[in-house]
Amino acid sequence: MRITCPLCGPRDRREFYYYGAEAYLHRPAGDDAVAWDAYLHLRNNPAGETRDLWYHEAGCAQWLVVTRNTVSHSVSTVELVAERGAP
Amino acid sequence: MRYSGLKVITQGLFGNAGWKPAWRDPAPKAQYDAIIIGGGGHGLATAYYLAKNHGLSNIAVLEKGYLGSGNIGRNTTIVRANYFLQGNSEFYSHSLKLWEGLESDLNYNVMHSQRGLINLFHSDGQRDAFARRGNMMISQGDDAELLDREGVRAHLPYLDFEQTRFPIYGGLLHRRGGTARHDAVAWGYARGADRRGVDLIQNCEVTGIDIENGRVTGVQTTRGAIKAKKVGIVVAGRSGQVAAMAGLRLPIESHILQAFVTEGLKPVIDHVISFGMGHFYISQSDKGGLVFGGDLDFYASYASRGNLPMVEHVMEAGMTLMPMIGRAKVLRSWGGIMDMTPDGSPIIDRTPVEGLYLDAGWNYGGFKAVPASGWCMAHLMATDQSHEVARRFRLDRYLTGHLLDEEGTGSQHNLH
Repeated sequence: MRITCPLCGPRDRREFYYYGAEAYLHRPAGDDAVAWDAYLHLRNNPAGETRDLWYHEAGCAQWLVVTRNTVSHSVSTVELVAERGAP
Repeated sequence: MRYSGLKVITQGLFGNAGWKPAWRDPAPKAQYDAIIIGGGGHGLATAYYLAKNHGLSNIAVLEKGYLGSGNIGRNTTIVRANYFLQGNSEFYSHSLKLWEGLESDLNYNVMHSQRGLINLFHSDGQRDAFARRGNMMISQGDDAELLDREGVRAHLPYLDFEQTRFPIYGGLLHRRGGTARHDAVAWGYARGADRRGVDLIQNCEVTGIDIENGRVTGVQTTRGAIKAKKVGIVVAGRSGQVAAMAGLRLPIESHILQAFVTEGLKPVIDHVISFGMGHFYISQSDKGGLVFGGDLDFYASYASRGNLPMVEHVMEAGMTLMPMIGRAKVLRSWGGIMDMTPDGSPIIDRTPVEGLYLDAGWNYGGFKAVPASGWCMAHLMATDQSHEVARRFRLDRYLTGHLLDEEGTGSQHNLH
């Protein structure tokens, strides 16, 4: 599997660290336990297109949102978390 | 038909013409007392114990493919009870006791072989941790022996003890650990359940779960609607999709775990060996193939196949530990879909929908759990109460903070 980093180009999967679902970017504002449980633990876990967070550890050290398919392993888009703007 | 050695001989004398199919192939009825979604090891065991321990016989197991076509038919077959945390240790202890009586209970040869499991350690700190784990296992009533380096050498003389990366300090020996024939476990439970009247319905995919006023009333399937007041979801890596049919989001992310089998060799590895520091474990099947595996591929996937970096990593770890296997040719590899929970421990619990039960989150340790999982899920579905040895496998423990993080690696799905 290769991931095309917006800064570095197509790179081997080994250069990246997988963190988890893109949901990790949407941190709850308050201290509501149910919202935090959903944020930390509950997952849509789709068989098909998913968006998840990867870190280009052995490259530009950027956090990336990767849109890919969990059944075919094909990667469609890769965006920089730094450029997503305010949530 | 009851199986026995005499039966094998008499059938052999008469051309093996008298063997009957081990289970029926019934069409689904319109209504059952209980439905199990998923005809794998855990689902079949649940149906078997619902019939045997709780006297229910109007039960159906719905399987979208053929029986035992998921992880129960593709795993590294290890059976052990070497858990540390309360909540886990009594459960796996119960499971191992069930394994030890399984063949006579099922009248089926599951080739359970208690050949001994050795977990290697490579530092003083790790030795202390393993001594502590061994004490917990003994206090639970199971067996553990701490071996020093020479003790390990007596069992496993072929390891590379002086390797520079992880020199071997010793190991924790669990003599009652071992392996079993994975398919036979599914077949044995299937036959046992069928003999007690359970309908095993194959090629029957559940497409919807019917809920009225917060209560389950049945399921929609590719073979029509079926009514039931109790429905159990026992579908491993597909738990997220099936639970979504009931409007539930689960604390589960599905990951890929790869495993490998070599060509058949003469007997060379007598134990199950676990090399945790290298993310590698190995045993030899009765057919002679070396069966080994490593860690997850570490990203969410349903592809049923892994990526090459983990293949390379596993092979490197194997060569580090036991260079003698270097000339064995790998025959095949596969990737299983693992239902990973944030703390690496399973869930056997009710759901917010009345009458809907969940048995999931077995991570990559589901095989050894099959008997106790079925036992406890059956208890839950029959009595609406958690079984004593599974009482901590709660669905809401991530909310309440009562995690069961056996490895102590943190609350993230891919870290266990």
